[in-house]
Amino acid sequence: MRDLFRNTPSLPVFIAVLVVFALGVTVLSEAYGLGVLSTSFVKTLGKTACLALVAIAMDLVWGYTGILSLGHFAFFGLGGYMIGMWLMYARTELIVLDSLAAAPLPPTPGEISDAIASQIFGVVGASDFPMVWMFAHSFWAQMALVVLVPGLLALVFGWLAFRSRVTGVYLSILTQAMTLALSLYLFQNDSGLRGNNGLSGLQNLPGADAIPQATISIWFFWASALALLLTYVVAAFVVSGTFGSVIRGIRDDEARVRFLGYPVEGFKLFVFVLTAVIAALGGALYYPQAGIINPAEIAPIASIYLAVWVAIGGRGRLYGAVIGACVVSLLSTWFTGGQAPDLNLGVYTVKWVDWWQVGLGLSFVLVTLFAPRGLGGLVDLVSHRLSPNRHGAPLGPDTGALREKEAEQ
Amino acid sequence: MIRRLIISVLLLFLCSVTAQAQDMTVQDVLQAHREALEKSSRRTIGPVIDAIADSGLPAARLVLERWRDREMWQRENDGLFFYGEPVDRSTERLFDFETGAEVGVYSTRDLDQLKPNSGIQAMIAAALVKFQLNDPDPAQRRTALEAIARSGEAAHLAPLRRSIPTETDPVLRAAKERTERLLTIAYGATDAERVAAIEHFRGSLFLDVRAALNPLVETRTVYAADLPADANIKRRLRGGSADLPVAEAFALLVDAGVVTPPPTVDERKSALIAHTRDGKVAGIPVADLNTQEIRDRAYAALAARGDVPAWDPAFSEARAVEDAPFAEVYTEPSAAVTEAAEETLRSINNTVAWNQVLDLSLDGLSLASIYFLAAIGLAITFGVMGVINMAHGEFIMMGAYTGYVVQQVIPDYTVSILVAIPLAFAVTFGAGVAMERLIIRRLYHRPLETLLATFGVSIALQQIAKNVFGTQVRPLTAPDWLDGALVLNDVVGISYIRIAIFVLALIFLGIFLFIMQKTRLGLETRAVTQNPRMAASMGINPGRVNMLTFGLGSGIAGIAGVAIGLYAKVTSELGQDYIVQSFMTVVVGGVGNIWGTLLGAGLIGFLQKGIEWFNPSNTLAAQTYMIIFIIIFIQFRPKGIIALKGRAAGD
Repeated sequence: MRDLFRNTPSLPVFIAVLVVFALGVTVLSEAYGLGVLSTSFVKTLGKTACLALVAIAMDLVWGYTGILSLGHFAFFGLGGYMIGMWLMYARTELIVLDSLAAAPLPPTPGEISDAIASQIFGVVGASDFPMVWMFAHSFWAQMALVVLVPGLLALVFGWLAFRSRVTGVYLSILTQAMTLALSLYLFQNDSGLRGNNGLSGLQNLPGADAIPQATISIWFFWASALALLLTYVVAAFVVSGTFGSVIRGIRDDEARVRFLGYPVEGFKLFVFVLTAVIAALGGALYYPQAGIINPAEIAPIASIYLAVWVAIGGRGRLYGAVIGACVVSLLSTWFTGGQAPDLNLGVYTVKWVDWWQVGLGLSFVLVTLFAPRGLGGLVDLVSHRLSPNRHGAPLGPDTGALREKEAEQ
Repeated sequence: MIRRLIISVLLLFLCSVTAQAQDMTVQDVLQAHREALEKSSRRTIGPVIDAIADSGLPAARLVLERWRDREMWQRENDGLFFYGEPVDRSTERLFDFETGAEVGVYSTRDLDQLKPNSGIQAMIAAALVKFQLNDPDPAQRRTALEAIARSGEAAHLAPLRRSIPTETDPVLRAAKERTERLLTIAYGATDAERVAAIEHFRGSLFLDVRAALNPLVETRTVYAADLPADANIKRRLRGGSADLPVAEAFALLVDAGVVTPPPTVDERKSALIAHTRDGKVAGIPVADLNTQEIRDRAYAALAARGDVPAWDPAFSEARAVEDAPFAEVYTEPSAAVTEAAEETLRSINNTVAWNQVLDLSLDGLSLASIYFLAAIGLAITFGVMGVINMAHGEFIMMGAYTGYVVQQVIPDYTVSILVAIPLAFAVTFGAGVAMERLIIRRLYHRPLETLLATFGVSIALQQIAKNVFGTQVRPLTAPDWLDGALVLNDVVGISYIRIAIFVLALIFLGIFLFIMQKTRLGLETRAVTQNPRMAASMGINPGRVNMLTFGLGSGIAGIAGVAIGLYAKVTSELGQDYIVQSFMTVVVGGVGNIWGTLLGAGLIGFLQKGIEWFNPSNTLAAQTYMIIFIIIFIQFRPKGIIALKGRAAGD
């Protein structure tokens, strides 16, 4: 444990900031405090914590292991779908039981199941439970699926991809294809998950109708913050020891690590599956707060944005991913929500709802070009951890064995 | 002797009949049916129309036409019929049907107009067909024939047959013979002539032939215990087999009155509710009735008391239908006809299947050429520079919008397309060169970051297009000569736009090969692809080569955008729809080889069409399966179909 803290100096700072922040939000919240922060804003903060969580996963797989996966938001969405199935089933069951209570005969299990099925699948013109809903009645089974389904998908896909030594941009394209295939599959009405309607009403926890949303939102915020904290600790643990050195070695030069005798595929697969599971857990916390999940959330573009957050925040450092996800997603909410004031240029008024995407795209290009360390690089200025003058020594990441001068050409 | 006598008597009789007819005028025929004409009801008018049409009088056609056009009038004082021409609002000038002579000008107050409703008008039109088929004007004959072909009736058959020997126009004659056969299939008097007509169409691809044959082989499934002896049975069925599920078979039994259906779950439930006494049903508390088992027990108890219809819990529909005979019976009574129709349809379906394969191949080919056009630019940049350009889709979009803007300035579609293609190339070439200079050049050796930086450009460009052109679909109209389709028969057809795109893809293949093999730039590009450092040592400026190849790839994307915009919707998301397929094409084909891209595009195009053919209703599933196939394909050929070997492969 001491090693962990020594190898990850950011860990105590991060824990302290997160705890102070969570306490601050609680004090200012409607449910337990002054009521300065609206319920919807608390929800936004809770959701942002989940996004930061999945950004850490992305940082692990991309910033540390060098696999630019464009599929981690698909795992995130799958986690959301798995928990969403239970939420929808359980809540519909309560509603159905309520409406059947007045019936002259007490309902049989078969009747209850039929009624729930026709309630849930009415929108896609079906009235039977598909096979995939087999465990939807059980919270624990469905929680297990949150981990198992994305984990198995990542395992199978990763095994196939890494085994055939697909690397670099090829791998990125392949993960993007996987994500596209998954979202297209879910878009079908007969996928068993309500097609493009997705799962909705997830914010209503079954049996918690009496509890106001303000209270539920702060609970979810705490849960998300705790999950973020745990993820940070786990991620810090993974990257701090020998394991961390090996995966960084894989990122910098895969062939060398392989020649040193490390089973590169196994390391990559482990990181890929672990981050997929983390992402899925993030999704399972995110979507009850968002209230709705549909296949559009899984589309490849979402996963690319995830990479954008990590890049803007700063790859290869855990807090960078958190900063990137928080800053970009909160700014996005602010700009696209229409709250930002218009910018009057005299000849043309910039409406941020229209131009935010352009700004984001361009700033992303600028960050990639001129500040590859991202926002996290600002921390280096404070902590005076500047890159050493190498005097022509090897550069390290990405450029491999190139000398400084060669790389600059 | 006697026979001769009979014949002469018959002849005499016939002569008198014709003589009688010759004396008659159309007015007489009309007067004979005066009452029916005045009432003009659809049920009773049929004989009247037939009488007029079959009277053989020269004026009969005129009467029918005027009547149909509501220009026939009846004089009130003597009840005679004339046709009229309006003089003004309230007066008509009347003419005699027989002679065409003017009868006089009458006020409409003294006249009754015959107003056939649309139903009667249709009947008159059917009767007129006979005259129109023999009309001296070929255009009239063709119209009449087309009307028959559209909605043939039994009554058309005889006049059509009579009109064939006198037909002079060979094309029309062939058409008439064909229509006659189609009508014979449905309405022929004897089985033999119907079978002959049916067999004539073996292997025909025309839709109307299939439309004529399909009703003949229509079947219905029946309970076959007491079928009439002459029933035309297609085959016997067993209840519970794959062709006749238990539930359907049982419903047939119930319809036939062979079994009485046992009370359903819902009926039993209502019976239980109806017999609830003091919170108990047959001694079982209502609150306990929450499983089907207990409910069944309660119902059995009620049934034992005789309160509700009996119900045997062991009853199974499957066992009830097991031994019952069922059969599929043709609605067409004649076995010879159905057999011939089945046989002919089989041969037709065979031909149709082959033609569908051809049609599918054409579709696949055109899809492949679209993917090829979209991917070729990507393949160049990826192959030469190892750079994935995520903004490639947006360059395609820019090309399409360039075409749209040009069409706003130049209204002539042909000219505007000819202007748009080079302009789109210029615009996207410029954009590509700018991007290479400003962004990609700084990120060599960092391919993943290039991917992300170009993605930033992609979202910025997409949003700018949305801000400038709005979210609605902008039209990019093809010139007239690209409208329509090349139709080989009723199964195979391909639109001219798709042919044009195919030709365009071929042209680009040619241009690309020319540039790569025959020009200085191509030589330098190949050198840089193989080994940039060595190329630089030989005096080639890799920076310039990279810039030009990137510009070239982007420019081709712009032209692909114009081509795609011609048939797809031009929106700011146009590029997104093609980008993943383009990546797939490049990855499957193999990097750095134009033939690989061609093969990749072919594989993906044909595969997608093939999967769509298996499941035409669900294109989403087709795409899903295709992507899964590609992921598996990559397992076996990680470097694509055509992989670079040796030093050129880099690692």
